[in-house]
Amino acid sequence: MSFIKELTKGIIKENPTFVIVLGMCPTLATSTSVNNAVGMGVAATFVLVCSNILISLIKNITPDKIRIPVYVVVIAAFVSVVDMVMAAFIPDLHKELGLFIPLIVVNCIILGRAEAFANKNNVLNSMADGIGMGLGFTLSLSVMATFREILGNGTWAGMRVMPHSYNPMLIAILAPGAFFTLGLLMATINLLKGRKQ
Amino acid sequence: MNFLGQLFVMAVSAIFIQNFVLSWFLGLCPYLGVSKKMDSAFGMGMAVIFVMTMASAICFLIYKYLLVPYGLTYLSTLAFILTIAALVQFVEMVIQKNAPALYKALGVYLPLITTNCAVLGVAILNITPLADGSTYNFLFATLNGFLSGVGFTFVLLAMAGIRQRLELVDMPKSMEGFASGMILAGTMALAFYGFMGLKI
Repeated sequence: MSFIKELTKGIIKENPTFVIVLGMCPTLATSTSVNNAVGMGVAATFVLVCSNILISLIKNITPDKIRIPVYVVVIAAFVSVVDMVMAAFIPDLHKELGLFIPLIVVNCIILGRAEAFANKNNVLNSMADGIGMGLGFTLSLSVMATFREILGNGTWAGMRVMPHSYNPMLIAILAPGAFFTLGLLMATINLLKGRKQ
Repeated sequence: MNFLGQLFVMAVSAIFIQNFVLSWFLGLCPYLGVSKKMDSAFGMGMAVIFVMTMASAICFLIYKYLLVPYGLTYLSTLAFILTIAALVQFVEMVIQKNAPALYKALGVYLPLITTNCAVLGVAILNITPLADGSTYNFLFATLNGFLSGVGFTFVLLAMAGIRQRLELVDMPKSMEGFASGMILAGTMALAFYGFMGLKI
């Protein structure tokens, strides 16, 4: 029962990007196209699940005072794995995401979940939490990317959705567009939340 | 090009054209979190400049003289983040001892410089080959760290200045806080796009 609850809470109710507001940098930088967004989301999910499992396993033998450095080392190790695997098997995407793959290390979502969840819960629940949060992150990245790619390029995941006569709003895939999209999405979510109450 | 010319190009590029916050999206958490008051923004900016300069220098040396000779370059992410964590701890102790008021104002964002992606970002960018295939030498890597830190502080202070005035404005409820901060950042990024046209 609790397994399912931990799994689903990250997707909407405690969505890491829109509700907890963590991990902004990759959200803005890699949401230029749906393909990039999903690639980033999957890479971060993998690191999140692995680090949650390992941290939950070693939580009893980690001295409390040095737990943060221990988490950072664990996370950095998994990030290096993802970095090398992606460079070997999907070099195009790896090149596209570039700097932001090693920067998964400093993604606050991952360290945040390690400290707030995996540190206190058993392995199975930590794994569920990792998968859920990862999916939530991937989902919000894809939502951002959907808006930006359709407006800025007229395509969705590489498929053309707008008519050829559509003049792309280039700004949507440039840096300012990222800020505007996220700001407007946040405002919409706040508006909906306000209505509910 | 002589040294001063190169330095000038680098400064303009790091501060205006390729600003870490507005064009690389690095260091957004402190950018939005500590930009409510001018004083704490200034303190944070100084701490970030120091950490970025030191991190660039030390990470470059570690990469060049430790990781490359032993063929351990795949460990660079791990080595860099540990270096940065140690540095931040050091800065934290110094500020706590010498400027307790600033220490209180910065609060949780001080230890969070460790997870400030701008710091790790500049360390990784320094060892990444440039467009023409060459890499930075030690001096330029350190300078790049320093100037990128200055660029970060520059937009942080600008943001703090705007936000202080924005407090007096009557805003729609749903736009308050983070949402308006994002729109503000977008507008600033748009303004900084004007510098893209500079040919240097």
